[in-house]
Amino acid sequence: MTELRKARIATASLAGCFGCHMAILDIDERLIELMKLVEVDRSPLTDIKRFTRRCDIGIIEGGCANEENVHVLRDFRRNCDVLIAIGQCAIMGGLPAMRNAIMHSDAPLRECLEEAFLTGRYIRNTTHQVPNDPALPLLLDEVYPCSEVVEIDYNIPGCAPSGDIIYETLAGLLAGKFSGFERHRIRFD
Amino acid sequence: MDTTSEQGLPPDEAERIAAICEGVGDDPHRMLDILRAVQDELRWISPAAMGLIASRTGLSRIAVEGVASFYAFLSQAPKGRVTIRLCDDIVDRFAGMPEVAAAFEAALGIKVGETSADGAVSLEYTPCIGLCDQAPAAMINDVVLTGLTPGRAGDIAAALKAGQSPEELIAQDFLDLTPHERATRQVENNIRHAGASLLSPVPDGAGLAKALDMDPVRIIAEIEASGLRGCGGAGFGTGRKWRFAAETEAERRIIICNADEGEPGTFKDRVLLTERPHLLAEGMTIAARAVGASEGILYLRGEYVYLRDLIEEVLQDRRDRGLLGQGIGGQDFDFDIRLQLGAGAYICGEEGALISSCEGLPGEPKTRPPFPVTQGYLGLPTVVNNVETFCHAARILDQGAQWFSDMGHAGSHGTKLFSVSGDCLRPGVYELSYGLSVRELLAMAGGEDAAAVAVGGASGTMIARDQFDRCLSFDDLATGGSVVVFNGSRNILEIVEYYMSFFVHESCGFCTPCRVGNVFLHKAIGKFRKGLANPEDIEYLKDLSGTIIETSRCGLGTTSPKPILTTLENFPLVYAATVKPSKDRIRASFDIQSAIDDARHMAKRGSEIFDEDYSE
Repeated sequence: MTELRKARIATASLAGCFGCHMAILDIDERLIELMKLVEVDRSPLTDIKRFTRRCDIGIIEGGCANEENVHVLRDFRRNCDVLIAIGQCAIMGGLPAMRNAIMHSDAPLRECLEEAFLTGRYIRNTTHQVPNDPALPLLLDEVYPCSEVVEIDYNIPGCAPSGDIIYETLAGLLAGKFSGFERHRIRFD
Repeated sequence: MDTTSEQGLPPDEAERIAAICEGVGDDPHRMLDILRAVQDELRWISPAAMGLIASRTGLSRIAVEGVASFYAFLSQAPKGRVTIRLCDDIVDRFAGMPEVAAAFEAALGIKVGETSADGAVSLEYTPCIGLCDQAPAAMINDVVLTGLTPGRAGDIAAALKAGQSPEELIAQDFLDLTPHERATRQVENNIRHAGASLLSPVPDGAGLAKALDMDPVRIIAEIEASGLRGCGGAGFGTGRKWRFAAETEAERRIIICNADEGEPGTFKDRVLLTERPHLLAEGMTIAARAVGASEGILYLRGEYVYLRDLIEEVLQDRRDRGLLGQGIGGQDFDFDIRLQLGAGAYICGEEGALISSCEGLPGEPKTRPPFPVTQGYLGLPTVVNNVETFCHAARILDQGAQWFSDMGHAGSHGTKLFSVSGDCLRPGVYELSYGLSVRELLAMAGGEDAAAVAVGGASGTMIARDQFDRCLSFDDLATGGSVVVFNGSRNILEIVEYYMSFFVHESCGFCTPCRVGNVFLHKAIGKFRKGLANPEDIEYLKDLSGTIIETSRCGLGTTSPKPILTTLENFPLVYAATVKPSKDRIRASFDIQSAIDDARHMAKRGSEIFDEDYSE
């Protein structure tokens, strides 16, 4: 009997706060069980910057606020069989998408950046410039949920989702038994 | 007055506003009348004006602003002395409105949505104004112009610039004409088929005369026996509605006529209001006698303001003849009708919203129950019926329940007015017995080459050729009267996209699934039109539609996804032909180049990732 190969997982944080990655670590000691089943490829957790091989599961935290987010997300879609959006930002845009609310403006992006770096009441910016280093990726016109940029297979809602639900979802997927969430598990009110 | 100068109003404007408020007794329930009059006189509702109106009516300024900002015909920025409203309905578009609009823009030197610098003219779009049978059409202040062409648009613009009044565009001797002549000079009736009940000659006052000799309970029994159902679209039993209102204990009861004919493609009430206004008043009076009401309101959509003088004249004539007012028919029966004009809000055709609007509130629907028959206008038992329903009721009292019940077929008795427009040779109003097929109606209207028919307007059912034998009745294809014909050259998705944009515009915004969901549906249809939709987007449409229907509290939200759902069902190939699976599961609908364009301009540099590097 051949031993089953370990499933490969990759993760990325786009326009998020890394809270969802912290939540992944909230799996706590069950991580030991999980690591018997999986190996982690490209991920901030391993500091592997590029896909070494095709992965079974990709986990995306955060939505798309800049061009690099789009690039990374597309890269994940091409290199992962199953793509999971984890947390409110990845699923709906979340907190960064508050800038999408600047709607009645001819130049919403400019308005947003000027308030953030120049005109806001609590800004102390000695350069009096909006940052524009060539290394900074260009911002998108608005913040997009991941599902508008690529097809997403599963969403794990929450801000951040609990370690329990992340563990159960991954364990279920790996066992081929995942069939959605029980309603009360994804209720937050 | 000191207070007004503090509010920043010129004294003459303050005086005019005060006079308007005084004219309605500073009654906050007449807010819509106040705001309409202020808009007419001053061409906008300024913050200072709102302050003054608020203090006169005892409301807060924000309450006044809530009403002023709700209605499309009230504006919070100065409008031109002449406001041209071009009908943006899909039928008008197909009839050449884009060219007409371009001609107006060129001749006036402003774009749609703008006001000329000298404050003379505003140009804007408005949804269906009930003239689809003579599209393209436009409102210019209180008059309407039909059958427009680019050439005519240029002439109109030139005449307005030369100082002609909108009324003079219709006739030089406009003010010497009778109100009926004024109405028919502006708008053709286009009565194509007169049926037995409404559009054939009707005797004056016969129904009311009989009703005055009858016990109220018997009047209601007669209406119930006739099988008359509401003609506005929902089809609730009229007799039953009256009975519920009559049985509710109350000091006062109210009769409201819903003449807010806003469903795109519907214009039958326009014809009844023009040609049978006495019959309508008679029907309302009969209803008042049946339920024991002494107050009536005729809620006329703002787009039909050109009929105001005609209706006022009819009401006054009836008062003079003792048919309205105190002691009608020499009996102990008082009833009078007040004309309430709307201000451009489709939602006010929903009875709860209509009642809110009559009460001087924003036209938002009310939570049901309680239903209007028990707690409606100002909390009083209220009967709200469509124009056509009241007219039928008067005829039933005259001719008898059996006569009415014998027409049509089981469950759908009597005749119905159909407003037929779009791609047919003889658009207009057809009064026919219930139960005929769409094919028969198309044959009469000269629309045999139709490829699609929207039965019931935007919130109705879109059917394809294979269903033209379906029958127009409550049990099969129900309609408030709208039948819009589209031939094979029309793009189904363009029609659906228009109807969804209509609902986005007309949602009152109270229920989030309707306010937001319709925006998403509209966006999604845009993806289909651009060929960027994936097969699973069809499921998305169905899923989101289901949510909107299930979680909206009024008829707008529960029917707004119907253009999508009925075309998905009846034109599946249109959708199937436009979808394709995404390549590498990356969505083609997301356009990175346009998404980073703003940032590219701001940063004055290209993209390291997505722009080609020409330096190599």
